[in-house]
Amino acid sequence: MKKISLKINLILTIAFLIGIYFFLSNVNILGDYWSRIVTLVAIYSIMAVSYTLVNGITGIFSLGQAGFIAIGAYTSALLTLSIQQKEMSFFIQPLIWPLNSIQIGFLPATIIGGLVAAFFAFLIGYPSLRLTGDYFAIATLAFAEIIRILIQNLYGVTNGTLGLKGINPYTNVWWAWSWLLVTVIVIGSLKYSSYGRALRAISEDPVAAKVMGIDVFRHQMMAFVISGFFAGVSGALYAHWITTLDPRPTSLGVMLTFYVLIMIVIGGLGSITGAILGAIFFAFVSQWLRIFESNITIFGFTIPGVPGMSMLILSVLFIIVMIFWRRGLMGKEELNWQKIYNFFKKVEVQNE
Amino acid sequence: MPEILKIEDLKVHYGVINAIKGINVRVNAGEIVTLIGANGAGKSSTLNAIMNLVTSKKGKILYEGQDITKRSTAEIVKSGIVLVPEGRRIFPNLTVQENLMIGSYGRSDKDGIKRDFDFVLSLFPRIKERLKQPGGTLSGGEQQMLAIGRALMGSPQILLMDEPSLGLAPLLVKMVFEVIRKIKDEGKTILLVEQNATMALANADYAYVLETGKITLEGSGKSLLAHEGVRKSYLGVK
Ligand SMILES: Nc1ncnc2c1ncn2[C@@H]1O[C@H](COP(=O)(O)OP(=O)(O)OP(=O)(O)O)[C@@H](O)[C@H]1O
Ligand SMILES: [Mg+2]
Repeated sequence: MKKISLKINLILTIAFLIGIYFFLSNVNILGDYWSRIVTLVAIYSIMAVSYTLVNGITGIFSLGQAGFIAIGAYTSALLTLSIQQKEMSFFIQPLIWPLNSIQIGFLPATIIGGLVAAFFAFLIGYPSLRLTGDYFAIATLAFAEIIRILIQNLYGVTNGTLGLKGINPYTNVWWAWSWLLVTVIVIGSLKYSSYGRALRAISEDPVAAKVMGIDVFRHQMMAFVISGFFAGVSGALYAHWITTLDPRPTSLGVMLTFYVLIMIVIGGLGSITGAILGAIFFAFVSQWLRIFESNITIFGFTIPGVPGMSMLILSVLFIIVMIFWRRGLMGKEELNWQKIYNFFKKVEVQNE
Repeated sequence: MPEILKIEDLKVHYGVINAIKGINVRVNAGEIVTLIGANGAGKSSTLNAIMNLVTSKKGKILYEGQDITKRSTAEIVKSGIVLVPEGRRIFPNLTVQENLMIGSYGRSDKDGIKRDFDFVLSLFPRIKERLKQPGGTLSGGEQQMLAIGRALMGSPQILLMDEPSLGLAPLLVKMVFEVIRKIKDEGKTILLVEQNATMALANADYAYVLETGKITLEGSGKSLLAHEGVRKSYLGVK
């Protein structure tokens, strides 16, 4: 098959980015509902790409993603909420100083949200990255749950079960997609740097990687902290997209980790483009599956809606993918023009 | 010749199992030194202890006169001791070239890396033809060459080799030993662990016999090759 040259690759990529730019500029045509979904797709993508850095590229199995997202979401929201809004919301216990008297812009709040999440990734990673396999998964799962319970109970900081309301709806298509671009550039260049090569070696054989002089702990730590940062950023974007936050298990709890896990498994663990494809798939399918949660009428029969049905279907899908299609869409590889070209060439040959 | 590596009263235990019970080994610079012994004698444990890959050890390891007993594996590799591990352990999903580049991890001397890369490819022309394919698609023999090449990319002063001829056809075993001699000709020191005692002793300047964690015999390669007990136990001569 023909090999696509670097020049054509570059041209196609630039054309693709311009195409996305025009799509995003005109997204309003789709209406409010769909442009919100397009924004959500980018937020999910950041969650998925940051998660695949740990679970796919580095090959350590974390179940703490929702914890970092929640930290980013709450931190940034507490920084952007107006002072009057804070006074109004925190009526069980007033918000502690200095949070009660500051309000900053969206960009610094997002970055601080990411940094605080990264700091927590360091705190949890330091002791638990020394644990192996299953124990690490359990430790991170426990961490995320502890974060959720803390949020639920620290009324003076998080407003507990009352949650945060009236968060400014700053997150638009541009914020979300620009942050996605940053995420992809950072994690993509990491994957293909000598650091990333070391990370991939660690994921294949940590002992052999150590023998070659790679400081396994330090590398895993770095990946975990960077992943934590972008998970925090995605949380900040999410908070200013949905505009209300609460600590229910189904919103920022283990369910969310599970959702993001579905995205990266479908996309192929370790693939950045795969993670994005998985996020797109998840965003649309989970919207579409909602019809099963309300009553459906077919040929005069009414099938009663079952709450949680969409989750059930997604879970079954997840299990099927795990059993029959471990590679997911992309495996560990990245989608590129060569692959697309080869794919269409194959279709063409088959049709002849 | 100056002594480059010295192991003093090394003991290794795994829980209640005493794998190494106090051994002394000296390696002179530029020589091939071999450690022969049966399965479970403690050969791998010795090499792993040098690399600080075992959790519990006692004794002292001196490299160029410095105590490296407590250094981390990464520091040891950086200082010039590199291991070709038992069973090759190449990275199957990384390409052959990426496997080699992992070997040079932590080095920043671009020219040196380039020189070592060319040396490895001249040593293994078969590897050169397969740079772009995943390491896992190589044959067993090619994987062994890759494992040796990967270690050489770390620019070692001392190369530790754990049974490099294991599972190879006789012709390839011969080739591995040719490679070992070529590496020696480059001025490097080699500490070789082998069960193939004939080949190991024939090529070694000095040799140690390890039995259940203790050194029972040592001497020049030739003298052990002629030794009655060694011939009976390790060379299959009646
Ligand atoms: N990780 C470990 N945990 C427990 N015991 C171990 C471990 N590694 C080695 N041993 C034990 O230590 C002893 C020496 O093992 P070692 O691997 O050093 O032998 P060896 O000489 O390399 O053998 P072989 O030729 O089969 O590779 C054996 O009795 C082995 O069972
Ligand atoms: Mg062994």
